Amino acid sequence: MANNQVKSRRRFLTDAALLTGGIFVASGLKPLGALLYATERKNPNGPWYGMGIDLEKCIGCGRCADACKSENDVPREPFFFRTWVEQYTILNDGSMKITSPNGGIDGFKQEYPDEEIFKSFFVPKMCNHCVKSPCTQVCPVGAAFESPEGISLIDPNYCIGCGYCVQACPYGCRYIHPTRKVVDKCTMCYHRITKGLLPACVEVCPTGVKIFGDLNDPKSDLVRFKKEHSWQVLKPHMNTEPKVYYNGLRAEVR
Amino acid sequence: MNPHFLHLYDMLSKVDGFIYPNEIELQWGILIVLYPYITGLVAGAFILASLERVFKVKVLRPTYTVALLTALAFLLVATLPLISHLSKPMRFYEIMITPHFTSAMAIFGFIYLWYLMVVLLLEIWFDYRRDLVLWSQEKAGIMKRVYKILTLGVTDISPKALKWDDKFGYAITVIGIPSAFLLHGYVGFIFGSVKANPWWSTVLMPVIFIFSAMVSGIALVMFVYMMVNYIRKKMIDMICLDSIAKYLLVALILDFVLEGLDQVHRIYEAEESFQILDLLVKGKLNYTLFLFQWGLGMLIPILILGYLQMFRSNARLRRILYLGSSLLVLIGIFFMRWNVVIGGQLFSKSLYGFTTFKLNLIGPEGSLMAAVWLVVPFLILAFLFWLLPPWKRHPEGGT
Repeated sequence: MANNQVKSRRRFLTDAALLTGGIFVASGLKPLGALLYATERKNPNGPWYGMGIDLEKCIGCGRCADACKSENDVPREPFFFRTWVEQYTILNDGSMKITSPNGGIDGFKQEYPDEEIFKSFFVPKMCNHCVKSPCTQVCPVGAAFESPEGISLIDPNYCIGCGYCVQACPYGCRYIHPTRKVVDKCTMCYHRITKGLLPACVEVCPTGVKIFGDLNDPKSDLVRFKKEHSWQVLKPHMNTEPKVYYNGLRAEVR
Repeated sequence: MNPHFLHLYDMLSKVDGFIYPNEIELQWGILIVLYPYITGLVAGAFILASLERVFKVKVLRPTYTVALLTALAFLLVATLPLISHLSKPMRFYEIMITPHFTSAMAIFGFIYLWYLMVVLLLEIWFDYRRDLVLWSQEKAGIMKRVYKILTLGVTDISPKALKWDDKFGYAITVIGIPSAFLLHGYVGFIFGSVKANPWWSTVLMPVIFIFSAMVSGIALVMFVYMMVNYIRKKMIDMICLDSIAKYLLVALILDFVLEGLDQVHRIYEAEESFQILDLLVKGKLNYTLFLFQWGLGMLIPILILGYLQMFRSNARLRRILYLGSSLLVLIGIFFMRWNVVIGGQLFSKSLYGFTTFKLNLIGPEGSLMAAVWLVVPFLILAFLFWLLPPWKRHPEGGT
């Protein structure tokens, strides 16, 4: 009897030691979870923002790109954009022309006579605020990060300006700010949306192309937009899971 | 107008096809070309040194310390172009203090320090310890103090202690080989893991980087060894030089096969990006890839070194051809790095057009500055040769 008691006590001690050791080892391993990058990170108790873009409504006025530059202090030179508009022209012979002079801010002039054109359309571009954003993944210091609302942001006081995230973004949405010397990009107007306002590009769009909304809210405009349209994302094979959803996106658009 | 913007307007006028508007400016210039180039030279030189130490290739003995000191001289410079390229260079230490572990770039500082402190400096110290002690006894004045400091106070040179030095040195070299592979394979991974860039994103990239590093490092040691003997007016150990040439040939062939495999794979798979890469290779990279990287830097040295393997020729001709081949290889690998780093940024990620790269003469990203970064390691090497002359070491056995 006494022997059994000793045995069970011993077993209890071994089990406890194993458990403690296990927890200790597991907690040591936890940082490695960071390597398993492709995990779903929705914000269960708050908003999870995205953007719908209805290409059928875009008239290529470029006001979104212009407003973005004013709102976010983006340099006016035509090399730095948080958002821009591209014009695709498909000619009758099947060839395709793409332009984006000054990001579309000054509007577009059609180079080709109407009778040569089969179809022409505009595509507003912006940061896709990807669920699995490669730019955030590659930042060596963690200056590129994702907000709880799913917005890809930059900490300008922390960025070292290595340019690795610019290389890693498949969509060309980042640039190094020429005076601040740090990476800059679309924040979906974080300073506005956190106060309940709309992003500047959405606010100024005369035809309602851009639909900003909360993907976690079943009643939001964005969720309705996604239900009602057969949307596409850019470069789906990159598996970055963009949160910018296009209606009427043609395969030619990259 | 701001010269930076003027430069960009100039580039804007040279855009070919369609590119995303943020892509006009190349983020990584000549300094980032130098970074893998210099790091590769370090890794390659070290691997050559370890052939002698670990794999007991005794004929390479005359180049062992030359290779180690060459590796050190270049390693000391390796991070400088990288740091000076940052647009916020004063923040570089953030990589070490708060590394972001999912980033391929974040670990570089640690691998670099590991390699510098644990592998190279320790190995050289163990190898030189006996000489440092003896020099500190022989010399007078300030040099006596310098050597004394370099001994780090360990002055025991009894046979037993020296045996331990040898054991430690051997162990460090054994660790050093995978470390050298890690150092440069890792640099390859920094590029190879960028899925957004089809010119970089290949699983072969780290392997190609390792072999091209070996090629360039061996060629560099060969060049330095010949130059040192030329300057000191000493006879070159031809048996040693011949075997370095043999290793260089093997490394060149392996590198060529790997790069060929990469290209064949791209051509055969012909993915979405094939068309633009085809235009890139045949257009913007025409000279730097076909002529400099593959022609001058690879095929001609392979033919020369292969010829010398098969047919006997006199020592003088061999020396000239070896010198020529090593220089060609060094130029070729430079262009290999160029074609990777610059080539990968010349086409738009929309795959619909090209931007251009104009190398300025002056400025922190200019070619003069790049030349400075390439000359500095040789100055450091000259200093190391003066401080730790491999030819004035005390013969083993006697004190």
